[in-house]
Amino acid sequence: MTRFVLGRIGFSTLIAVLLAFFTLPLLWLASAPLTSDPTYKVSVPDFTWENFQTILEHPYALPSLYNSLVLSVGTALVVVLLAALAAYALSRVHLPGRDVLLYVLLLLSSIITGTAAMVPLFQLAVDLQLIDSQFGLILILSGGLLPAAIFMLKDFMDATPKSYEESARVFGATPLQIVRHVVVPLVRPGLATIAVWSVANVWGNFLMPFLLLRDVEKQPAAVIMYTLYTEGGQANLRLLSTFGLLYSVPVVVMYLIVSKKYGFRFHGGIKR
Amino acid sequence: MAAIELRGLTKVYPGGVRALDALDLVIPDGEFFALLGPSGCGKTTLLRTIAGLETATGGSVVIGERDVTGVQPGGRDVAMVFQDYALFPHMDVTDNIAYPLRIKKVAKAARQAKAAEVGARLGLDHLMDRRPGQLSGGQQQRVALARVMATQAQAFLFDEPLSNLDARLRLEARTFLKKLQRELGVTTVFVTHDQAEALAMADRMAVMEAGHIRQIGTPAEVFQRPANTFVAAFIGSTPMNLLDGVVRGGTLEVAGCALPVPTSAQGLLADGEKIVYGVRPEYNAYASEPAEDALGGKVVIMENLGASHLVTLDVNDVLVQAIVPEGREPAIGEQGWAVPRRDRALVYRDGELVAG
Ligand SMILES: Nc1ncnc2c1ncn2[C@@H]1O[C@H](COP(=O)(O)OP(=O)(O)O)[C@@H](O)[C@H]1O
Ligand SMILES: [Mg+2]
Repeated sequence: MTRFVLGRIGFSTLIAVLLAFFTLPLLWLASAPLTSDPTYKVSVPDFTWENFQTILEHPYALPSLYNSLVLSVGTALVVVLLAALAAYALSRVHLPGRDVLLYVLLLLSSIITGTAAMVPLFQLAVDLQLIDSQFGLILILSGGLLPAAIFMLKDFMDATPKSYEESARVFGATPLQIVRHVVVPLVRPGLATIAVWSVANVWGNFLMPFLLLRDVEKQPAAVIMYTLYTEGGQANLRLLSTFGLLYSVPVVVMYLIVSKKYGFRFHGGIKR
Repeated sequence: MAAIELRGLTKVYPGGVRALDALDLVIPDGEFFALLGPSGCGKTTLLRTIAGLETATGGSVVIGERDVTGVQPGGRDVAMVFQDYALFPHMDVTDNIAYPLRIKKVAKAARQAKAAEVGARLGLDHLMDRRPGQLSGGQQQRVALARVMATQAQAFLFDEPLSNLDARLRLEARTFLKKLQRELGVTTVFVTHDQAEALAMADRMAVMEAGHIRQIGTPAEVFQRPANTFVAAFIGSTPMNLLDGVVRGGTLEVAGCALPVPTSAQGLLADGEKIVYGVRPEYNAYASEPAEDALGGKVVIMENLGASHLVTLDVNDVLVQAIVPEGREPAIGEQGWAVPRRDRALVYRDGELVAG
């Protein structure tokens, strides 16, 4: 009996320590912006709005959040649209070597937007005059995300019985009508997952915008974050924490909304 | 409404499976036609080729007066019920039934009114707001029927629409479907692997085997005079007795017993010829006393069919089955005699029916 109680106490303590490990940074993120002189320690805030005031007056902070929004939503749209069409075609048309193609694409995709391809990508962007252009950046980011997105969506498409589409075909629906009326609604959880995943990916991407955007007015929040230092080269904790909070809230809100509406799933299958 | 005509229809799948082999078939306007055959014989392929979901390798499909062989599925003016019903899971019953009208660009109010009308006719009025996932199998089946009815197509194609229902419901749905088809008068091709279903529902039927049609006729013709031993063995809830025999003078020697030549084969047999003697258990009278022109042996198995029993006799090591009515069941091990009805027994030569 005693052993059991001791065991329970030990287990609960372990969980508490683990939880604290992950909770502390979040707590810090919640309290530091409201503190006049934050340190690396979590402290009871004195509820000042001064830090938010400063961020609002910062010339690049709020615009950078808007830039992040443009980049991530733009990329998500391109990825969802192209991945849906490609995954549908790949799922329904049997090409020789299709699976090999998919795996190779998936493998290469991790390189495309990774550090390894930095120099050639930069070169390419310069040659195509896509340097310092948000549109160009959206295309490149989409290119990096598409293979994985196609791969995931194809699984959803594969799990959708063909008879739905065939039934619509016999009623006279055109291929685009079939995609709009039947396929898209059936794989909607998949599309939502891909969209959120794309947004989150772009939202947190530092390297690509840092590399390909020159104009500081076009930079997204992830890059601006690195400029929030004091004159002495120290991290400006007041600004960093406040900006960090503003930076993370949209992603959390988006996740909650989409999760409630569609539920996240990374595999196919139909919820009837 | 329109007739369906298939001329030399052939379908070879990539990989070489010859699912349909030069099939000829005419289904007159308004007929309820059943396609019967074992699993894998090409029934679904035939239906899908008529619908245009598969392209024919050879031959042609004519619906009404129109050759539609090269026409897309949507342009053929047929409606199909799939084996899994293919009801759209994300649409409610109204939207499912109205979907064909949506494709035809019928205004929303008009198509919802039509869906309500058809739904009410099939007893779905209280279910119109549900999703297919919230319906029982029988209800889903009726929604699928309502959806094809809403199309007002020239012909209906049903792929085993009853096979997903449990046994009791299947009988009800059978009667319902037959009545509905009568009332609508739409040419209907109905695929099934269940011979009882085909016999019960069809105006005419075709029995298929490995991409070929082995017999076409009314259910009565197919049941009473199967054109070959394949059909004979496939049709009937109790399989036909198919016994090897030899023609000896004016009689047939079957399982060591002498039987008279059946009426249908009279004067068509040569002496010494090897034949197969066919008689359904239903057409074998059972006698517990020695009888003339009978197959005599020992009772080895008794199977209860409800109102009657199926008796299996061991006649010189050949098994012969007969039906005994209620109250006259013999005991296992007794001697018994199966007396074939001469006007119902059949003779097959090389697998084909011998008949004038
Ligand atoms: N898409 C396909 N590709 C290759 N062979 C097929 C395809 N569909 C069916 N077959 C083959 O064609 C034959 C007939 O199939 P099917 O028409 O489905 O039979 P049934 O409906 O009578 O059970 C079978 O041998 C089956 O394996
Ligand atoms: Mg089939």
